[in-house]
Amino acid sequence: MRMLRAIFAHPSGRIGGFIVGLYLLLAVLGLLGLTPHNPLMQYRVDRLHAPDGTYWMGTDLFGRDVASRLMMGIGQSFTVAFFSVAFAALAGTVLGLAAAWFGRRWDGIVMRVMDVLLAFPAILLALLIVAVAGPGTWTSIVAIAIVYTPIFTRVVRGPALSLKAREFVDAARTFGSSSSYILTRHLLLNLVAPLTVQITLALAWALLTEAGLSFLGLGTQPPAASLGLMLSDSRNLMETAPWLMIFPGLAIMISILGFNLLGDALRDIFDPRMRRAIA
Amino acid sequence: MTYLLRRLAVFPLVLIGVSIVVFVAIRMVPGDAITAMLGTEAGLLTPAQREALSVYFGIDQPWFVQYGRWLAGLLHGNLGISSTYGKPVLEIILERFPLTLELALLSMLIALVVGVPAGVFAATHNEKFSGLGVRVAAMIGQSTPNFVLALLIIYTLSAGFGVLPAMGEFSPLWQDPLRNLGQLILPAITLGFAFAASVTRISRSAMLDVLSDDYVRTARSKGVSARGVIWRHALPNALIPVVTLSGIEFGYLLGGAVIVEQIYALPGLGRLVLDAILQRDYALVQGAVLFIAFNFMIVNLLVDLAYVALDPRIRLGEQ
Repeated sequence: MRMLRAIFAHPSGRIGGFIVGLYLLLAVLGLLGLTPHNPLMQYRVDRLHAPDGTYWMGTDLFGRDVASRLMMGIGQSFTVAFFSVAFAALAGTVLGLAAAWFGRRWDGIVMRVMDVLLAFPAILLALLIVAVAGPGTWTSIVAIAIVYTPIFTRVVRGPALSLKAREFVDAARTFGSSSSYILTRHLLLNLVAPLTVQITLALAWALLTEAGLSFLGLGTQPPAASLGLMLSDSRNLMETAPWLMIFPGLAIMISILGFNLLGDALRDIFDPRMRRAIA
Repeated sequence: MTYLLRRLAVFPLVLIGVSIVVFVAIRMVPGDAITAMLGTEAGLLTPAQREALSVYFGIDQPWFVQYGRWLAGLLHGNLGISSTYGKPVLEIILERFPLTLELALLSMLIALVVGVPAGVFAATHNEKFSGLGVRVAAMIGQSTPNFVLALLIIYTLSAGFGVLPAMGEFSPLWQDPLRNLGQLILPAITLGFAFAASVTRISRSAMLDVLSDDYVRTARSKGVSARGVIWRHALPNALIPVVTLSGIEFGYLLGGAVIVEQIYALPGLGRLVLDAILQRDYALVQGAVLFIAFNFMIVNLLVDLAYVALDPRIRLGEQ
């Protein structure tokens, strides 16, 4: 509750929070099928219909309602983004904590593997994984999760190492607390702030990657809708039906903007130097 | 120094790791290379012909034998033969690389020329409406995916001015510099846009930090002009994070901008890798990805070196 109030007290937090909230609503409605029209239904007589009262964002080449497909696409993109970031955050946290806690050889092995993954430009690694596993929703989720895991591992390992050396951890050990208790209660709780910021920014990045993969035809497969796929399909009809490009393009952009704004606000809120500046 | 030595020691290990990941991954792609290479004509091959082709490309052996052979070749500067192009892989990569390098340099130039002054402006006009305007623009710029921007640019040009970006056969810089620039300027703006936004944001925050430092206050109180304080005293120190950010972004761009190259029909490294993956051109994927990862790591190493060189306070070895 206090967190929400802090977000809404922050100017970019307010805007970012509003955008993310709105998209979440659209995503849920899109996933539940509560769209103005059936997103897969082809209204053949109304092909390439310009936006009006019936079709708010017009229709595509097959006469499908763009607004409904956009909601379906947002649902799809958000599903991929949430699952992939959740997996990456979980894997990265476990690996980062383990590397910091067990140190030495374990730390060396984990961090070298992460170095290998980080040596690939992100989109390239995602492409390679998708090529191996074949395009599709779950592949996108796994690919984005693998690409983002090393970043979470680094975000967790650094602070975990310095926390491990702090007096309160020594004290907990002297009192006989188990490793798992110290890891979850003392280390993890202190890592909530950097993790939250990273998760928010990772969501923006995951949305971008999902859209990119779908744009290349390697993400969500038709007839399902995805923002990247809609944008890619709009390319040949740009002059006759610009709405096919403009709405999905804006939708991707605004969603990323929302998460970036929220991430910025969270960083400010968690950084005590900044908190004083705001208050 | 110890830090750098450690980084250098890890370098070959990471490269070997990268090569193994790529080597194993590309062999896990469903379908075989010969069918991918010949398409429907592969059905006309007799088993003996198919066998002969596998032997020719060395793909009849288990993966570790293939890897050993490939690694041995690599040490002699031989990255193998591409099954799609029938040419040495290194030759194909070196044909594509100048475009990618030029595009990366152009984008970085645009990003720095726009981003640094914009960042300084936003920092010096921090409390003003104009400074806020720059910040909002930078935030929007950073959130605009390059493929959305590419389509918007193409649409604006074609709908508003009736022109299309110069596509068609790509002309290298040394053959026809004007035509080359005409072909690369829009992709460079596309890639430089979000890059410029990041540069703006980071130079603004670095500049704000520096402007509140004591030595800046001292320079001011000694009567150095406002412009002198900003450009001569504050900016050089504020540029350190900008160098780091630009280096990392540049490293990414050297890997080729897959989607932007696709939209503008540019034969760069990114598209080369994408096509090679789709064609299951093992040798080409391995060679190109290793080349990209190598560049990426070199650039990151150079960024670290620059960081140490620019900021004598940093003693990374002691951390």
